[in-house]
Amino acid sequence: MSTPRIAVVVFPGTWSDRDFVHVAGVLGWEARLLWHTETDLGSPDAVVLPGGFAHGDHLRTGAIARFSPVMAAVEAFAAAGGPLIGSCNGFQILCEAGLLPGALLRNDHLQFRCDWQWLRVERGAGPWLADLEAGELIRLPISHGEGRYTADVMTLDELERTDRVVLRYVESTGAVTPDANPNGSMRGIAGIVNDRGNVLGLMPHPERASEEEVGGTDGLRIFQSLAGWLADQPAAAERRL
Amino acid sequence: MRWIAEVHVQLRPGIADPEGLTIASGLRSLGFASVKQVRSGKLLRISFEADDPTTADDAVATMCRRLLANPVMEVASWDLRADEEPASEERLA
Repeated sequence: MSTPRIAVVVFPGTWSDRDFVHVAGVLGWEARLLWHTETDLGSPDAVVLPGGFAHGDHLRTGAIARFSPVMAAVEAFAAAGGPLIGSCNGFQILCEAGLLPGALLRNDHLQFRCDWQWLRVERGAGPWLADLEAGELIRLPISHGEGRYTADVMTLDELERTDRVVLRYVESTGAVTPDANPNGSMRGIAGIVNDRGNVLGLMPHPERASEEEVGGTDGLRIFQSLAGWLADQPAAAERRL
Repeated sequence: MRWIAEVHVQLRPGIADPEGLTIASGLRSLGFASVKQVRSGKLLRISFEADDPTTADDAVATMCRRLLANPVMEVASWDLRADEEPASEERLA
């Protein structure tokens, strides 16, 4: 199996980029930081939009990042079926760019919330979640002030009908309750995928839960899912030739 | 000629506005017991050049659609007026 290569996009104000690079390094992957003014992704196997406060999150979270020069290449990569993940601010950017539906608004309690959070996997499929089982519980850190997933009822119903709600905020028992919901997200939604399943947006931080010494390794399974998925894709190897 | 657009960006009706709720609660604490609702939003004052009123209005509409408001949860409205005062960075500050 060849070594996965990921490109991690860095906007002014991004802060989780090096955490992704660190985890990739632990796994023996190649990771490249990509400044937001670049226009060539350099044929990676997967692209990461990390957390932070791109362009200061001015106007709205992700609103200015969407127009960064790198985004045209990121959108083309996703349109070709390439695995693209947006965590936290990356999720906000994916929504602003129209790569995922909905928007992320100010937490309903107006506080920044930094904590460990139980999540229920609603669907284990696609490049990012292939190693996870529907119904299993994982624990990942969250760290955000604007994570309230919001969309109109038609969009929410369509997401549910097509199994695109992949992660939900839950209690440690797996129950979806208002108390388990850290930001007021509609229907407890923590993560969604696009219609092809190659673009994942989630508010939690898998890169901050990938080593025992930081308190948990459930996030590593998202990276391992990607490695397994890539190994099954002859196209990924061919792209590099 | 130069124009000034005052763009108001507000959350759509029905979208929860925790900031507005908190401000309403503050006003009631201050003694304004009759305050029923506060909806928060943004005011953006934009100074720009355009040849005529139609072009200027079209430009603002495009600014709102492409960047200033996210149609998922926001609506924008604006007032447009010719800017007849001499240009000064300080005046806009």
